[in-house]
Amino acid sequence: MSSDAADGETETTATDPVEHVSGTGIAVRGDDIDTDQILPARFLKVLTFEGLGEFAFFDQRFEEVETDHGTEEVETDHPFNDPEHRRASVLVVNSNFGCGSSREHAPQALQRWGIDAVVGESFAEIFAGNCLALGVPTVTMDGEAIEALQSFVEANPDADVAVDVAAETVAYDGRRVEADVDDTQHHALVNGQWDTTAQLAAVPERIAETANSLPYLDAS
Amino acid sequence: MSQHTLYDDVWERHRVRTLPSGQDQLFVGLHLVHEVTSPQAFGMLEERGLEVARPDLTHATADHIVPTDDRSRPYGDDAAESMMSELERNVGDSAIAFDHPDTGRQGIVHVVGPEQGLTQPGMTVVCGDSHTATHGAFGALAFGIGTSQIRDVLATQTIAMEKKRVRRIEVTGELDEGVTAKDVILTIIRELGTDGGVGYVYEYGGPVVEAMDMEGRMTVCNMSIEGGARAGYVNPDETTDAWLRETDAFRDDPERFEELREYWESIRSGPDAEYDDVVTIDGSAIEPAVTWGTTPGQSVGVTDPVPDPDSLPEGQRDVARRAQAHTGVTPGESMQGYPVDVAFLGSCTNARLADLRDAARVVRGRAVHGDVRALVVPGSQRVAANAEAEGLDDVFRDAGFEWRAPGCSMCLGMNDDQLVGDEVCASSSNRNFVGRQGSKEGRTLLMSPRMVAAAAVTGEVTDVRELSLVGTDTDDPAEVTR
Repeated sequence: MSSDAADGETETTATDPVEHVSGTGIAVRGDDIDTDQILPARFLKVLTFEGLGEFAFFDQRFEEVETDHGTEEVETDHPFNDPEHRRASVLVVNSNFGCGSSREHAPQALQRWGIDAVVGESFAEIFAGNCLALGVPTVTMDGEAIEALQSFVEANPDADVAVDVAAETVAYDGRRVEADVDDTQHHALVNGQWDTTAQLAAVPERIAETANSLPYLDAS
Repeated sequence: MSQHTLYDDVWERHRVRTLPSGQDQLFVGLHLVHEVTSPQAFGMLEERGLEVARPDLTHATADHIVPTDDRSRPYGDDAAESMMSELERNVGDSAIAFDHPDTGRQGIVHVVGPEQGLTQPGMTVVCGDSHTATHGAFGALAFGIGTSQIRDVLATQTIAMEKKRVRRIEVTGELDEGVTAKDVILTIIRELGTDGGVGYVYEYGGPVVEAMDMEGRMTVCNMSIEGGARAGYVNPDETTDAWLRETDAFRDDPERFEELREYWESIRSGPDAEYDDVVTIDGSAIEPAVTWGTTPGQSVGVTDPVPDPDSLPEGQRDVARRAQAHTGVTPGESMQGYPVDVAFLGSCTNARLADLRDAARVVRGRAVHGDVRALVVPGSQRVAANAEAEGLDDVFRDAGFEWRAPGCSMCLGMNDDQLVGDEVCASSSNRNFVGRQGSKEGRTLLMSPRMVAAAAVTGEVTDVRELSLVGTDTDDPAEVTR
């Protein structure tokens, strides 16, 4: 059996296509924002992902301040604290966003906070893969385009930002900007195949065939 | 695209098919599981009425939340106790082998796999942990994955992945005395950047890597992800064989060992290998490295000046400024003399027997500085037992270190082992991110185990080459049982 070409099989999963995402935007600035920043490790001591949304960027959102009554935890000016951005669904970030730990808890927290798409200059691989598994696009644009979009959403918290995954564009302020969606991600989102379990499980004989061909498994 | 590399060969052997998305469906030879990233995946499986496809190729341990002091059950931390109980239930229900603390085999997932011989050349290894690249030291293709992917692997023993490009990193020359594998990888990340490896897997080679022991190779591969590369590997050789021969997998089965050795030899990147990129690093010029910032790429040789952010490429300046404001370092000055409050010798990067021996050479006959809290957290119960058999625990205890039970501990502060306030930690771990060690004002200085030991006894960042070493790294080693 030839296995060189992509199979023509058109298995579908229960997941819906994600062709476009639109909503208001929120900018979190800075390169190399790691998943420990997005969701600190102490919030990983949970058995489900439920309720993680409120802990997104927790350590950037609160700081301890000395007052006459002792130490108090106060909100910082982090965008995730800004009531004007509370309903945002498009997060705009800079480069190497989501680096570090593979914790899926990080994109889970962002999604549960309300983020449906992330637009950035670049993403760490595991983070982008984890977002895809949740049906959250990670769309890239060059640094200048990101800077412009960040400034726009900061100044216009109520304005719509429309991420067209299928057409690979981001539209806002009457403009439509070219963006990039990685081929695999594009296919999986547009065809609603971002939940891969059923697809992978569809070929048990071929899985067994591969397993049987591996020298280190044959004697077991 | 690369050709005839170990990566190409092992990938192709594990490829079940190409998916319509363009990704490949890859068979997974070994799935390692720990308590933090797996419960949701087991939950999803249950929701979908699916079972674990290959419990025989799945192996669990507990490391992230386990206490390293009082381990009596129930654990003092209710959340930790519930995660441990959940793992016990999940592995019990699915008949998955589990290195429970009662077995004497428990430890950090990236320490126990290699020490038991679970990790072998030419395998695909996945785990819900970004430091899974560690296993690449054996010539395995090893990737960190997210929880939804854990669900996929549990359900099918396969994963959907995109093939990456291969960058060969050739480390030439010879390391100076006092320079270790940790310094090599910190230097590589400084040179290539924290996102330089995105889209690549790293093949490490050249005389410096070939001369490294397995522990050193694991340290290098472990931090591939800090350079943006999801996987890193070293071609297997006699050093790899010598390690594997003594593991549980092969100790009593020399025939099987010989049989597989042929396979291992066959997958090495050949003389005709073509890479997408080749980078050469002069190993002779590498200095003991220390981080000054809040990414693993922000390091300097211990005697070199901390860079002025304005002297860095434009894209790195803001991050550098923020990092220096956090750590409080002074540009233009070296890191030597920077006072430390805590010395942490542990983590999946540097908590193996060779690391502990190496640090002990500095500690022997010296005392931990009065202002320093110092702890050793061995990578596994076996590492601890072997170290104890050769008296290393006494060397550390006599000097004033705490000798703890194995786990991830202060690398990420998911148990009680955390920095307090703005403490500075000389750490043999892998990440100096803000808040990583449990306090958001805490400051982490990454360095080699030897440099951690030097900082522990002097109370400040110290060039370990200025301290005399006591004994050799093979000084009266007891019989090692892996």
